[in-house]
Amino acid sequence: MTDVSARNGVRPLAHALDKNRDVGGEGSDPVAPTETPLRLFIAEFLESRIAAAALAVLALLVAVALAAPWVTPQNPYDLGALDILDGRQPPGAGASAGFTMILGSDGLGRDLYSAIVYGLRISLLVGVMSGVLALLIGVCAGLLAAYAGGRTEALIMRLVDLQLSFPAILVALMLVAVLGKGVEKIVVALVAVQWAYYARTVRASALVERRREYVEAARGLALSPARIMLRHILPNCLPPLIVVVTVQTAHAIALEATLSFLGVGMPPTEPSLGVLIANGFEYMLSGRYWISVFPGVALLITIVSINLVGDQLREVLNPRLRR
Amino acid sequence: MTAFLIRRLMQAGLVVAVMSVIVFFGVNVVGNPVDILVSPEADQAERARVIREFGLDQPVWQQYLLFLKGVAQGSLGRSFVHGESALKLILERMPATVELALAALIMAIVIGIPLGLYAGVRPAGRISKAIMAGSILGFSLPTFWVGLMLIMVFAVNLGWLPSTGRGATASVLGISTSLVTADGLAHVLLPAFNLALLKISLVVRLTYAGAREASQQDYIKFARAKGLSERRIVGVHLLKNIMIPVVTVLGLEFGNLLAFSVVTETIFAWPGMGKLLIDSILLLDRPVVVAYLIVIVLAFLAINFVVDALYSALDPRVRLKDAGS
Repeated sequence: MTDVSARNGVRPLAHALDKNRDVGGEGSDPVAPTETPLRLFIAEFLESRIAAAALAVLALLVAVALAAPWVTPQNPYDLGALDILDGRQPPGAGASAGFTMILGSDGLGRDLYSAIVYGLRISLLVGVMSGVLALLIGVCAGLLAAYAGGRTEALIMRLVDLQLSFPAILVALMLVAVLGKGVEKIVVALVAVQWAYYARTVRASALVERRREYVEAARGLALSPARIMLRHILPNCLPPLIVVVTVQTAHAIALEATLSFLGVGMPPTEPSLGVLIANGFEYMLSGRYWISVFPGVALLITIVSINLVGDQLREVLNPRLRR
Repeated sequence: MTAFLIRRLMQAGLVVAVMSVIVFFGVNVVGNPVDILVSPEADQAERARVIREFGLDQPVWQQYLLFLKGVAQGSLGRSFVHGESALKLILERMPATVELALAALIMAIVIGIPLGLYAGVRPAGRISKAIMAGSILGFSLPTFWVGLMLIMVFAVNLGWLPSTGRGATASVLGISTSLVTADGLAHVLLPAFNLALLKISLVVRLTYAGAREASQQDYIKFARAKGLSERRIVGVHLLKNIMIPVVTVLGLEFGNLLAFSVVTETIFAWPGMGKLLIDSILLLDRPVVVAYLIVIVLAFLAINFVVDALYSALDPRVRLKDAGS
């Protein structure tokens, strides 16, 4: 940690959570009155310029994706608005509707910038949706395994081990082959691939937390197991979980793009970034690079910024990596 | 050891059996392969003949029993599209995939270990920082997009390397491989690098972490005190001690390479079994999909077992036990 941050009283979050106020920082600390764990956390996170920039980029991407209809010159799915004569135009060409296609157009005459923004929307949606579902299932399974122990634990963890011994792409391909095409099927496949990571993470930290005094105290109060698990143990398992969430979301987005590129993912009616890249593949060899490259760059920026944010979260949240 | 072996074998048998049921029943619910197999102009009698020929008129459970009967006789079914034994189709394409995965593995070792070692020995250096930043990028880049970029730059723009197919093959010890001909090597370079990129990043990170940790150890300090050359310290003392995790992970990753070759093979039109799988899924060629999954699961279980056994051989502190117990 640098001198500056030490003077400002930016201390490791873990400490702040453990003993809400430890000695040393108090008297010499000008910002002490407003110092909360959350503020500490934010300050520490922003210490890395790269991570801060990545977070800003990510926020921008999400905002643009959410506001897609208002920030794009064209609705790429409105077939009436498309003009086939606009097809395969290089970046900067003018569309027949009057606007400039800053990133060019694809084979159907879609403005590529608009298509990317809408595609980003689908990619993020699928990634987040599958992440949240996998999180719910994984957390429940992991908590149950840690709390119940015995056969339940053995069964759940065997399943987790078994699944993690196969690469994600293989499991996903298998499921897609079984389930067929479609948005909800891709989400199911992504959830099935991810839940095991959450379950493993939650179980590992829940096993540690279970032995703590506060859990014993809660037991002593005769609280229900569900309440102890969800209200007492779970909040203390959050730090590693948050890191896994970011990493897994990036994975899910990349995996969905890969499946879509292979032609077994999102249907053409819901063109995610992967579908756009696949569409551009055939034009690549004739030198029309932009149709594949720009959606790919959008995908790359999304994944890299999520990973960078996740990396910094790991730094800040992991007490073992304390500087 | 024997008990461990038997238990693992039983587990593997169970996994394969369950898998085959799930996949077989699952695959047989999706779509109607008849629509693809029979041309739209065919009359009703022709349709019925095809349906009967492939056994699609029977209930699924009966089809499964027939499939099991075939398995007992060493057949995993007959491809709808190619009209050949599915197992034969897969085994024919297996050498191409294994070759690609091997080439990628070699690249990961040859490129990854020196880079990781360099960065681990001088963690503060500018080049080291660049290497580590590059490894994060390597993790983040989606394989298929890197493949596209490689094709665009090296095949389309520069025209240095071919972008599709396997090139000339030659027979070595009865196995036909393209790793021994110049044309074959030129063809394997791009796809292998594409497949290897993730693993290179992984090896860099592992070696880096291992080197940083080992540099603090007493035996390195002692070697320094003894006045050994830096070259010998890094090349012998350091490298030997960080190889165990690297070897283990690479062993496990070999299976991963086989699986991920699905993506690379599709992009580079590499005639391996991954491309066969994707084509078969798209054409609803059920027997090939089922057979591929059974073969790959078996390969995986075998690889995992070998790595576990190797690990205990490399590191005597590890005893073979069942995971989780």
